[in-house]
Amino acid sequence: MKLESINATKKFVGKVAVEDISMTLDEGHIYALLGPNGSGKTTWMKMVAGLIKPSAGEIRFNDKPVDIESRKTIAYMSTEPFFYDWMTIGDVGKYYQDFFADFLMDRYDELLAGMELDKLLKVRTLSSGMMAKLKIAVTMARDAAVYMLDEPLNGIDLLARDEVMRTILTYATPEKIMIISSHLVEELEAVVDSVIFIKDARFAGIHEVEELRINEGISLADKYREVFGKVKEA
Amino acid sequence: MKYETNLPIYLQVVDAIKLEVINGRIKPGEKLPSGRDLAVQYTINPNTSARVYQELEAQGMCFTKRGMGTFVTEDYDRITACRNEMAQESLKKFLTSLYQLGITKEDAINMINEANDICLL
Repeated sequence: MKLESINATKKFVGKVAVEDISMTLDEGHIYALLGPNGSGKTTWMKMVAGLIKPSAGEIRFNDKPVDIESRKTIAYMSTEPFFYDWMTIGDVGKYYQDFFADFLMDRYDELLAGMELDKLLKVRTLSSGMMAKLKIAVTMARDAAVYMLDEPLNGIDLLARDEVMRTILTYATPEKIMIISSHLVEELEAVVDSVIFIKDARFAGIHEVEELRINEGISLADKYREVFGKVKEA
Repeated sequence: MKYETNLPIYLQVVDAIKLEVINGRIKPGEKLPSGRDLAVQYTINPNTSARVYQELEAQGMCFTKRGMGTFVTEDYDRITACRNEMAQESLKKFLTSLYQLGITKEDAINMINEANDICLL
């Protein structure tokens, strides 16, 4: 299984959001997708999810351009909430089950239990932390080939973050591709094996994180500073 | 577990497991978690946990039974040797930091003799 971005470009009026990004992602890896705000991470993920079309270049999944078909196996969790207010957490599961053939209700129940979310709760009444957990539960309950989580750690407390990490590691089996964008670089240090940097809409390198430690004695955060920072730290 | 993020994570987990074996929290011959369970337990990447077991095996601290999983060595001599190796490493680090403070080995020995015993747990 492989996911290719071939000269992928997305232009909006007056702005190039993604410019000429080429890279290949393989199964069995958890990738961190890092870059400052507005660098193009979300736009790139939306192209992979098939939600927006590249202006030039293409995204290929298993040698075919992404389309309606690939959406069945590529799970994407966006930053904005995407549930109706009147739904209960249980309804959200049913809604997903209707939409996605790979949705596993048993796994959803398991995930909700781990995150201490009650199925009877209404979406309207959820705190931002609970909403963040619900988004992850409903996304990870799909038995997808590719998971893309856009800022999964935002707005949740330390314990919930631990649970999210455990969830990611539990379902990141060797035949999956997992992509996580986050501003919380330190949280991802031990969990991801590879990092993709996006800078000013362009690809700015891909690295194996453990190799950075072994060969250069630097952490993911150090590399981030090196790529994006202006001044080097002592 | 908290990691030093500029040092290889797999070696830190290797040391943590060796410590468990040395102090008997994990018994010789005991089955270790699967790579995936280890990843969840230590919150590390599954590829890192594969590397942890490769390293422990290379060091003779565990062995793999095909289709059954990874087990702690039953060789007590190896475990004792491992304890000595880890002690030597700690000693080296300790002496290095004292040396940087300008403290001689003799002074260090005196300091150890005068120090209160450390009580862990």
